[in-house]
Amino acid sequence: MILKVGNRYRSQVCSTEVVVVRPGNGADVLTCGGHPMVEIIEAGPTGLSPIEGLDGGTLIGKRYTDASGSLEVLVTKAGAGSLGLGSEPLTVKEAKPLPASD
Amino acid sequence: MSISVLLDIAVAAHPDRHALDSGAGDGTYADLARTARGGAGVVLASGARHVAFLGVNGPAFPTVLFAAAFAGVPVTPLSYRMSPEQLRYLIGELDDPLVVVDEEYADALVGCGRTTMTSTDWLAAATGEAEAPHVDVAETAPAVVLFTSGTTSAPKGVILRHRHLVTYVLQTVELGSASDTDAALICVPPYHIAGVATVLTNVYAGRRMIYLPEFTPAGWLGAVRNHSVTHATVVPTMLSRIVQQLDGKPAVAPTLRSIAYGGARMPRPVLERALELFPHVGFVNAYGLTETSSTIAILDADDHRRAFTSDDPHVRARLSSAGRCLPGVEAQIRSESGAPLPPGEPGELWVRGGQISGDYLGRASVLDADGWFPTRDRASIDPDGYLYVEGRADDTIIRGGENIAPAEIEVVLLDHPDVRDVAVVGLPDDEWGQRITAVVVPAPGCDAGGEQLQSWVRSRIRGARTPDEIIFLDDLPYTPTGKLLRRELVSQLTNGSDHDLREESA
Repeated sequence: MILKVGNRYRSQVCSTEVVVVRPGNGADVLTCGGHPMVEIIEAGPTGLSPIEGLDGGTLIGKRYTDASGSLEVLVTKAGAGSLGLGSEPLTVKEAKPLPASD
Repeated sequence: MSISVLLDIAVAAHPDRHALDSGAGDGTYADLARTARGGAGVVLASGARHVAFLGVNGPAFPTVLFAAAFAGVPVTPLSYRMSPEQLRYLIGELDDPLVVVDEEYADALVGCGRTTMTSTDWLAAATGEAEAPHVDVAETAPAVVLFTSGTTSAPKGVILRHRHLVTYVLQTVELGSASDTDAALICVPPYHIAGVATVLTNVYAGRRMIYLPEFTPAGWLGAVRNHSVTHATVVPTMLSRIVQQLDGKPAVAPTLRSIAYGGARMPRPVLERALELFPHVGFVNAYGLTETSSTIAILDADDHRRAFTSDDPHVRARLSSAGRCLPGVEAQIRSESGAPLPPGEPGELWVRGGQISGDYLGRASVLDADGWFPTRDRASIDPDGYLYVEGRADDTIIRGGENIAPAEIEVVLLDHPDVRDVAVVGLPDDEWGQRITAVVVPAPGCDAGGEQLQSWVRSRIRGARTPDEIIFLDDLPYTPTGKLLRRELVSQLTNGSDHDLREESA
């Protein structure tokens, strides 16, 4: 699955929407709730449910990344599914809080 | 992704939060996005390929900035301090622009040959227009073109692409991280990079924005109290005037938590007085250039207080530091031959990162083959990663073959109680090539002689760096955003327009 920076994807199992910040290496599929995410322009939810254990939910405004750090997505709409890359769950990227500077 | 997506995400996260608080154009983030999408409709209907904005910082500007992004065309805020001739020249450099202009500056554009619209008409049209259809915008498309202040040369149009500005915001701000009582007081003009970046970062953080179009120290202190301001950004000359206004009495600003400053060198005495008079405020030194999408290094509030309360001169010296690089920004000090220099050695600062552009209108990129950008600033980085910016590389004085950074001497002179402000410049000299001239603005009521100041410097730094002459002036020439106009000062000194100079040579 070739992801492009700036492209937006949505979940097939919940209301989660993401925008790609880092594209990853293209080898694996971006998933939500265990099902592939689809381009945002594609039709609405297909009635699929999150696979058990992949229903931890997403948080708006958080950036999620894979273990290698090559893929990063920003959640623009929260939902009930968990994000993954292939079989690997994505984790929230904790950023050091920075002071307002401008 | 484009900067308009930042607004979309902010609206998804905090639609009902108060975005603007300044009279006309008040409203929530959802209102701001609706007006900006309407504005995009106005831009698209006009057929313009660029939007220019000539006006003060006020509620029209965020709508213009995001409307242009939604329409997929770049935006250029212009300086209202420029002459009509300069403005027409710069507008002529832009590709078929729609110009939005504050009523008070409209006369400057009569006959400029471009479509113009007053800010009032713009806001009315944007509010009334149907929201524009979605336009796909490439992340590599220009988002903002800013003309640099040109203190050392003619203005250059710096191109900031969507990806530069978005990278900056995503790397420095957490979505919705502001609390719902946070409020930012904006007094930097829209044609300054900080005036652009402040809109993006405050929108993404969800911080209410209050505009102060005309800075006065009393007006600033009043606005802080009246609007329960928590965050403010100033240029050094503004902080200097605020400190003078307070006249030694602690500021009454109970809600204020953070003052960020940048854009020019901060005189250490001004900063130390401000730290005393705002004891509960965190100070943030933000260093960056137009070409770097605003801030690339920060000296944070803890760094300031630690330095301010330390007896260790090495720690205390950090008050003059620009702090450490932001995540995603790499810095390197290079010699004139381009070789990387070890910690502590001064040379030219080069930076690299996703927020850094090297593109200018009508010119080739100035990035090197590995993506490094030459800042033209002379700087050093200590072993702990703290950056010390000495000034523009072009300002370096070459006296008898020795390179001398004016800042090194200026810092020492500013520590003298009789010196209110100072600029050290190199003037043409038959013997040395350049001689070191310190132009001093004396503190009120003080009358230190030139020889006294020369021996002050001589006792503190190496002899070759002692000013060859000291000239006293009532004022130094600054741009409205606080940058010292060294070239203007040098030409003033060398053209002999010295009727208000009191000179004392060694």
